[in-house]
Amino acid sequence: MYDGGKIVAGLIVFLAAVTSPIWYNVVTGKAEYKPEPKIVTQEKECVAPKAWMTAMHMTLLNDWRDSVVREGNRVYVAANGKAYNMSLQNTCMQCHSNKSEFCDRCHNYTSVNPYCWDCHVEPKEKK
Amino acid sequence: MIDKALIGGRKYYGLIAVLLGVIGVGVLCYLWQFFYGLGITGLSRDVSWGLYIAQFTFLVGVAASAVMVVLPYYLHNYKVFGRITVLGEFLAIASVAMCMLFIFVDMGQPLRVLNVILHPTPNSVMFWDFMVLTGYLLLNLVIGWISLDCERKGVAPPKWIKPFIYLSIPWAVSIHTVTAFLYAGLPGRHLWLTAILAARFIASAFASGPSLLIILCLIVRKTTKFDPGKEAIQTLAKIVTYAMSINVFFLALEFFTAFYSGIPGHMHPLVYLYAGLEGHGALIPWMWTSTALAAIALILLVNPGTRKNENILTFAVLAVFFSTWIDKGMGLVVGGFIPNPLEHVVEYTPTLPEVMITLGVWGIGFLILTILFKIAVTVKEEAAS
Amino acid sequence: MGVNRRDFLKITGLGTLAGVGGKAAADLVFKGQAEAQEAKPREEALVGKRWAMVVDTKKCMEKIKKDGCKDCSIACHAVHNVPDFGNPKDEIKWIWQDTFEHICPNQHHPFTSENLEGAPFLALCNHCDNPPCVRVCPTKATFQREDGIVLMDFHRCIGCRFCMAGCPYGSRSFNWRDPRPFVQNAREDFPTRMRGVVEKCNFCAERLAEGKPPACVEACTVKALIFGDLEDPESEVRKVLHEHYSIRRKPELGTMPQIYYLV
Repeated sequence: MYDGGKIVAGLIVFLAAVTSPIWYNVVTGKAEYKPEPKIVTQEKECVAPKAWMTAMHMTLLNDWRDSVVREGNRVYVAANGKAYNMSLQNTCMQCHSNKSEFCDRCHNYTSVNPYCWDCHVEPKEKK
Repeated sequence: MIDKALIGGRKYYGLIAVLLGVIGVGVLCYLWQFFYGLGITGLSRDVSWGLYIAQFTFLVGVAASAVMVVLPYYLHNYKVFGRITVLGEFLAIASVAMCMLFIFVDMGQPLRVLNVILHPTPNSVMFWDFMVLTGYLLLNLVIGWISLDCERKGVAPPKWIKPFIYLSIPWAVSIHTVTAFLYAGLPGRHLWLTAILAARFIASAFASGPSLLIILCLIVRKTTKFDPGKEAIQTLAKIVTYAMSINVFFLALEFFTAFYSGIPGHMHPLVYLYAGLEGHGALIPWMWTSTALAAIALILLVNPGTRKNENILTFAVLAVFFSTWIDKGMGLVVGGFIPNPLEHVVEYTPTLPEVMITLGVWGIGFLILTILFKIAVTVKEEAAS
Repeated sequence: MGVNRRDFLKITGLGTLAGVGGKAAADLVFKGQAEAQEAKPREEALVGKRWAMVVDTKKCMEKIKKDGCKDCSIACHAVHNVPDFGNPKDEIKWIWQDTFEHICPNQHHPFTSENLEGAPFLALCNHCDNPPCVRVCPTKATFQREDGIVLMDFHRCIGCRFCMAGCPYGSRSFNWRDPRPFVQNAREDFPTRMRGVVEKCNFCAERLAEGKPPACVEACTVKALIFGDLEDPESEVRKVLHEHYSIRRKPELGTMPQIYYLV
């Protein structure tokens, strides 16, 4: 191939650049960082187990949204038998009232910008 | 074939540069609108559709007009149009692209626009508008591209394209009928609540679209080695004449129904547009300009002597284009909202960012048109030699 | 290389489409479900088959003439975090006053009685039985519930404003910009809206779900607003409509509005 050396060299540089998000964190030791959301609440349990909520809270909120807005069903009977109001502001945020130490910790780390807070009023945090 | 758009002279690249400049300003203004909200426009609670939707409504007509070239050629073997069917289809592509862009810039939450597909709503005319516009865009892309490619290779188009071509004919009528249905089915807006609105739309479409096509053909003849043909242009001019006459006639019918019946709801929007209501009359000069242009255009077009003179014809079809642009664009859309449902007169004036975004979208449309026409004309030039 | 460029592009394109399309299809089919639980309405919720409201215009206009009353608007806009932009262009209003001639056009004549002439009337969403706004919404973001309330799903609204064009009563407002900075004392128990969505009166569906009457009804100190279930023959709305003459806005349009005005 013509200019083979330059092409291969260029390809290697390109591959290194494009995969940099993967190897950079490992190399500089930043891969060790894990976000630690902090919960300040008296309640002992959430509407669902922690592991499930971590993975599925977005889906839960979407289902709650459709249930409340479109079907008018506002009471959620959880797996633990308790009944909760399906409301981000009035249920979830009553316990997780410190958005910046809870919600934002993971969201900032993963660079996720959920648009919940465009409308839903975040509770005033106690400093 | 796309490579043919990359080889051009200074004037070609000059045009592209100017268009890119206009588009750039439009994009910057749109970014501002995206982050601030539609509040940077002149729209309000009472006039909630304005410049963007006016352009969309007008351009759906221009897009539909491709059928005026396709129909005589494919259904009636009018060979003269054979040279320009691809140009008509490419004009349709550029127009539909502009339509969809104007809708996009008008959305309050544009990132959610796919909700229309995720949650299809067959009872909503806007859902159908989205579907038929997308379908029409794809139809013209496929038909135009393949026809041109076959012309480049010097072979006949494949047989399977015929059904698509035949489909594009009623489809063109449908896009504009569906767009008229957006307006004609709303119970509270008396300027629009008329059965003849769809017919008016089609008539003005067949006046404005071929007018633009004539201008483009004349430009192509002047700037390239491809000549669309004097007879093709003359037939298009005849089509414009008939369509514009019918369009003006239909408008007169609206006036008759409104003023002979004397029903206030029917009269008020027309009174606002042409004479002013409660001291408000921002659109009066525009509407009378549209009327004057229509009158002059018809006089020049109906008379065969002036129609055959291509210089006068240029002026006449430009007059048709601008007259319908005003009447079907801002006149129709803004007029429908005034007076508002509580019988108040709240006027609308587009703001500067709004105008820049509008120009930006027109720029994108003309960029697409320039590139597609460059490809088409180059292929035809090479096929001829 | 055995494959030519055109075939290579075809294979890559189809492969990408299959990969992306396959994942999308799989996502649709195996949608993550919140663990199968029960969802039900609140026990204390007010349940009705066809909610409607009657405005006793005589009581209302007397109170307004006495002290410029705006209690219903103030209460509604406070409870729902409705912003105040301070200019008529961006204005958002869920319930407001206008004169008789404007609310019920073509009902007045040169000899209309003095107490109706220029009298303040209330305007709000009529929660029509045959709502044009629901008919035209391309995403069902505006929809009608079984009990007649026409609601908005702000998460789904794309801001096309077709519903605003379709409403013959001008009941709908649009967020032309971010409303949050313009909400005085945002209540923490109800969301605001974001820029780019349409909003209107929701018959206080969230209050009905808690067993409370709409905010405007509760705020009216002269009981000019009567809210109830038309399908319940014992309800106050039925009684009042039976005993008095009532009109509705633009009845000739066939929208079947459910706000009745006693004149």
